[in-house]
Amino acid sequence: MAWQNSNTPSGMSRRHFLQHVAGASAMAGTSLALGHSLRLHAADLKRNRKSAILLWMGGGPSTIDLWDLKPGAPTGGPFKPISTSGDVQICEHLPMVAKQMQHLALVRSMSTREADHNRGRYYMHTGYVPNPNVEHPSYGAVLAHELAAQRTDLEIPPFISVGGASEGPGFLGMAWAPFSVGSDGNIRNLDMQIDDRRLIQRMQALDLIERGFVSQTRGAAGEDHRKILKKTLDLMTSNQMEAFRVQQEPQSVRERYGENPFGRGCLMARRLVEVGVPFIEVDNGGWDNHTTIHNTLQTQKLPMLDRAMSALVEDLQQRGLLQDTAIIWMGEFGRTPRINGDSGRDHWARSWSVVVGGAGMRGGVAVGQTNDDGTEVESEPYSSEDVMATVCKALGISLETTYTSKNGRPMKIANGGKVIKELIV
Amino acid sequence: MSEGRSRQIIDLAACRKLTNLVAAVGIIIFGCYSNRSIAGDSSTAELPQVKLINEHTRGQWGDFGIKPSPLEDDAKWCRRLFLDLVGRIPKYEELNAFLKNKDAKRRQKLVDELLDGEAYREEFTTHWATIWSNILIGRTGGTNRTSLISRAGMAKYLRDSLVSNKPYNRMVYELITATGGTDPDRAQFNGAVNFLIDRVNEEGGAQATAATSRIFLGLQIQCTQCHNHPFNQWKQQKFWDFNAFFRQARALRRYIPQTRDVDFAELVDQDFAGESSHPEEAEIFYLERNGLSRVAFPVFVDGTAIGRSGYVSEVNRRVELAKFVMASDYLDKMIVNRMWAQFLGYAFTKPLDDLGPHNSASHPELLTKLGEAMRNSSYDLRALMRWIVLSEPYQLSSRIVSGNEQDEPSLGEPPKFSRFYARQMSAEQLYQSLLTVGGQARGSLEQQQVERDRWLGQFVQAFGTDEGDEATTFNGTIPQALMMFNGELVKRATQLDDGSWLKQIEAMPTKPADKINGLFLTGLARRAKPEEITMGAKLLQVRNGKMGEMLQDLWWAILNSNEFILVH
Repeated sequence: MAWQNSNTPSGMSRRHFLQHVAGASAMAGTSLALGHSLRLHAADLKRNRKSAILLWMGGGPSTIDLWDLKPGAPTGGPFKPISTSGDVQICEHLPMVAKQMQHLALVRSMSTREADHNRGRYYMHTGYVPNPNVEHPSYGAVLAHELAAQRTDLEIPPFISVGGASEGPGFLGMAWAPFSVGSDGNIRNLDMQIDDRRLIQRMQALDLIERGFVSQTRGAAGEDHRKILKKTLDLMTSNQMEAFRVQQEPQSVRERYGENPFGRGCLMARRLVEVGVPFIEVDNGGWDNHTTIHNTLQTQKLPMLDRAMSALVEDLQQRGLLQDTAIIWMGEFGRTPRINGDSGRDHWARSWSVVVGGAGMRGGVAVGQTNDDGTEVESEPYSSEDVMATVCKALGISLETTYTSKNGRPMKIANGGKVIKELIV
Repeated sequence: MSEGRSRQIIDLAACRKLTNLVAAVGIIIFGCYSNRSIAGDSSTAELPQVKLINEHTRGQWGDFGIKPSPLEDDAKWCRRLFLDLVGRIPKYEELNAFLKNKDAKRRQKLVDELLDGEAYREEFTTHWATIWSNILIGRTGGTNRTSLISRAGMAKYLRDSLVSNKPYNRMVYELITATGGTDPDRAQFNGAVNFLIDRVNEEGGAQATAATSRIFLGLQIQCTQCHNHPFNQWKQQKFWDFNAFFRQARALRRYIPQTRDVDFAELVDQDFAGESSHPEEAEIFYLERNGLSRVAFPVFVDGTAIGRSGYVSEVNRRVELAKFVMASDYLDKMIVNRMWAQFLGYAFTKPLDDLGPHNSASHPELLTKLGEAMRNSSYDLRALMRWIVLSEPYQLSSRIVSGNEQDEPSLGEPPKFSRFYARQMSAEQLYQSLLTVGGQARGSLEQQQVERDRWLGQFVQAFGTDEGDEATTFNGTIPQALMMFNGELVKRATQLDDGSWLKQIEAMPTKPADKINGLFLTGLARRAKPEEITMGAKLLQVRNGKMGEMLQDLWWAILNSNEFILVH
């Protein structure tokens, strides 16, 4: 692996070593674009360590079968509710999550309007419906933007998407784009396969050309490129890259999370939170169950989810990180309360559930309710914006925060969503 | 435009002889480049359409009190032109030949050569077929297992159209009305069907409706599929009226005999019975937001209706639609706007494919008049390219000067085109450029295509939308920088193996400074600055005098620079 280069003297981080090399270089006189990481005291590190983890259930999960069961209704499906450590009941096939429910809250009165995958994905990730004139930043970009300013010691990207593409930074710009990585933690093209001295010398030559071009005032693109170069070198040489290496975890921990992509992704998310990454999305697709839904859920989707999600909550709690880490579990929409001719459920946005927890939000409760067959929300309906507003509130981000899109339109964080009061302690 | 400044041509007779010799053995040599410095060219001869562009852009500079940037020098302009017309940077010999050309009309002649020259036909065709393919089916079209698109079929259609310089309106007509098979190696082949093949079966052809109106007319009626447009007069009715034109079109799967595997797809026109089975009055219904059901028949955006029959023999709805499109001046404005953005980085409107009445253009009169000129020139795409690249805005430097700082479209200001806006190369331009300067293509043409597609594929996002440019992570972020730092292609372009490009340069009987200058000219279309020559000398020292390794380091740095990856 590139960040454990054999040229580095033992006991010294590669990054630290590179800074020495650069200083003592035969080519001194050119400034090197290496970032200088601040060595903060442990006490400083504890402060403002808020993060968020989005568990993204691509395809649209059947929340009526997971979080808001209707055992009495003719189309409620075969699953039975079980009691949990909180004051709610959930699906019998999530027994391990049930033991962590005192830390999690169900929002059972989600009611949205986008029941198409792409539109729903965009809306649930941004709080806006797609509009050809504006590219809205995703929640990941927004939260990374708000939280990363306090992390001068962060050497890896502040918005990391594990196992999926997530949504882009929109008008916030490329510096806030999601850095996508597979759940195996392998990152393409990381290793230059030349020795560190030569890498530094090349970087010095590059920086000379790079600065020369920026000084010619040919617009922002040249400057942006230089920033990304710096981030890339930071990343290539950072010890924080270790966070991606889930295989370093003890066997028992890996088994607790589950030896599958989603399990590894959740474990990676915990490791990334530990090094200070403010936003991590972990993708878990395969919820678009138009056929034989209950068999798929019982044998595949739920056992995997149960293990990984419960492990993540438990692990964060045991490490004292849960109070600063918001967890959001959601997909683009829910699924129809009726069961179709292929024993599946179709897209349904009018009444469904999401799960949130951590960062001081109240756990063990269910907010809102649906009617007897799950077809209508019977209490105050909530939206993508409302979930985002609640998470922002929990993370200490002002809801008055306003951005200006490139065409000059002011945009409020969370698009004016209202905080779900029951969740804020 | 001012006459070119300081022209000091150092004409090296010996050098020329050497060049001839080198050309004869088929390798390049550095060290005998022309010494002519910044030399703007007054030869961008005044075609009436060029004059039109210049008058309108200058007029706006006057109105806004803007002073334009000076003309770009020949070398940088040459690099820009190669990238935009044939999709790669010029080779050293090509750049050098242009710099040595003292002809007052050299810019015009280079444009002619790249547009029409036999030597560039293949590259021109590949470059533009790729651009059009990305517009019509996106980078991801046909890559999904369930897609009916044949990328090869789309490419073949576009290549044939470009080689024959098919008029643009003819191309649009064919894309809208095409029937036949998707795959070049199967029956009934008509590559044009690939534009609509994935867009007609689902949701009653809503995607065909949205794509056709947006791509060819710049009318974004897709928002009105579900509701009246929030900002303009487009009503929901307009979408479904337009949609009704596509209701005879069906995409049919053709199977490999005795299997359930799709062999290819065929786009056909079938009689449409309407949604209440009255083919002579074949209507569709849609739901308004308030739950009311409404009826729609084929009516063009300007309000003109056609016969309501669903029988293809009585009314071929796509043919009727194509006739309306041919007559619409939105067709003219859209192609002008699209090509202008392709070369200048910004369109006259933002986004470029929204010409609706609510979205005012930065240069409305120029857009209209250029559109008319396009119509009057039989929709000759090469002619339109020629006007744009010979216009004054395209000759300007990308430097911001005192007097045009306020011309900053990246901040949402309407562009004034008082300088050339630097922008990142496309992934395709980068790939072709790297192959040109060291990373030679390998294997047969088919293998090269496979390798190219695989390389480009690494940037395609898993959840990409159908609109090509949004489906790429080649967007200036970290994965792209890592690819340039450490990826296979740059590694190949910087290799020092026997016979490699750098090895040949190392072996040339020229001075180190000449070699360094050669690298800078090739990569960045300029000579090295003194401090860069010094950097080369230092690198040579730390590489223990190994010339090849020094060149390798420097070439790596050049390829990784902002100055290389940007078109400027």
